[in-house]
Amino acid sequence: MTLISLSPWDLSLAALLVLLLAGLSWRLRLGVERRVLIAAARSTVQLILLGLVLKALFETTDPLLIGLLAMFMLSVAGWEVMARQKRRFRGPWGYGIGATSMFLSSFSITVLALTVVIRVEPWYQPQYLIPLLGMLLGNTMNGIAIALDSLTRQATDARARIEARLMLGANWGEAIEDIRRDALRSGLIPIVNAMATAGVVSLPGMMTGQILAGSPPMEAAKYQLLIMFMIAGGTGLGSVAAVWIGSRRLFDERQRLRLDRLVPGRGG
Amino acid sequence: MAALRLLGIRTLLLGPIDLDIGAGETLFVSGASGSGKSLLLRAVADLDPNQGEVLIGERRRSALSPAQWRRRVGLLPAESGWWAEQVGEHFEQAPSASTQADSRMRINAPDADAAQRPGEDPRRDKPGLTALLGDLGFEPNVLDWSVGRLSTGERQRLALARMLHIGPDALLLDEPTANLDPDNRDRVEEVIEGYQRERDAAVLWVSHDPDQRRRVGGRSLVIRDRGLIREEQA
Repeated sequence: MTLISLSPWDLSLAALLVLLLAGLSWRLRLGVERRVLIAAARSTVQLILLGLVLKALFETTDPLLIGLLAMFMLSVAGWEVMARQKRRFRGPWGYGIGATSMFLSSFSITVLALTVVIRVEPWYQPQYLIPLLGMLLGNTMNGIAIALDSLTRQATDARARIEARLMLGANWGEAIEDIRRDALRSGLIPIVNAMATAGVVSLPGMMTGQILAGSPPMEAAKYQLLIMFMIAGGTGLGSVAAVWIGSRRLFDERQRLRLDRLVPGRGG
Repeated sequence: MAALRLLGIRTLLLGPIDLDIGAGETLFVSGASGSGKSLLLRAVADLDPNQGEVLIGERRRSALSPAQWRRRVGLLPAESGWWAEQVGEHFEQAPSASTQADSRMRINAPDADAAQRPGEDPRRDKPGLTALLGDLGFEPNVLDWSVGRLSTGERQRLALARMLHIGPDALLLDEPTANLDPDNRDRVEEVIEGYQRERDAAVLWVSHDPDQRRRVGGRSLVIRDRGLIREEQA
């Protein structure tokens, strides 16, 4: 199998599909044509830039540059988590909870995979590190955003229930226990579903790309499995961290439910 | 036997407030809606940020954990929260072990004393709870009811039972009879007064109803200009 290089012309043909979708949205008055076009333009620019950056980076293996790119990816992911909250935490916590949990989970699991599983030399070799981290960040970001959103949304709705338990002498952990469990569950459902249907209903994006790019299917499958397990672990770890820090932050030192620490966000 | 003392309590709308409610005493608070009555009760129970100190007898609020404190001051909010499917599940948080078990709800249940020997199965306490529920007009099987089935008035009475069952030293009542018909209103007043006699509990009672304040008796204060004044001066 050889790699068939895509020409700009080939991509333009595919882009016609997006234009078609935008036209459909305009025709049916769905009102999303602007967003579709902007998102498509964003992804074009971002991916081409990433391609250029990676091309340059693969030639250097300068740890500092790689670290910078990794931090940049993390900070954008943290911002994205915050932007998706219907109610987010006031002040630096709004950004910090998501970013910290993602840092803890994605970075530790990526490093673990690179040093213990794949055993790359040196472990920060960008050809492995950046794509793995990207996959992991993208997925843990989803899980954490969903879990946090569910936590703050439910806590707001269930104020009377939580406070009733406090009034009857429960401590903060008992009072928010069921909501915390629910938030964690909703954060984990996407990756559990993805694992359950992988290869039967859907061919995962990464594996598809690898096969199209000429890798043997078995190798592609093995890498896909590795990625999936890492994502499951990372999402779990990250969601647990985010929900734990977040639920603790909902209560103050006298274990009062402090919904005033939340502000309406843009997401929803 | 415990007096409730508020020392310089300051909430968003009120304060500083100093208040002494003796053991076994009832103090009524009234005032326009939005004047901060409910917030005052919440502040005493330490559910909202507030400044000042509260004492029950000799015990300072700041020296107790929030959970311990809230067990001692039973707050009955105007709208009660229910977190589980069945009514009975909301009663299981009550301290079942040793220390508080024998001082738990015993009103109008003379047999409870005999039935309560320390170190036995906490389920033994059922007679006390059954009597309490009976006094509020419920059959014991109310514990198997689903919460969704309850009317507003039933919720209010069961929330009172749930709170008294824990055995607080002071009661903070936010219009406990607001949604009740006259029969049930009388029942609730009797249960509260009975508990108060039994435990010598201090009661801080928010009530709009002048007849109720006369019926139950006790001092009456009104909220004016961020403070509490005697009703006659209002």
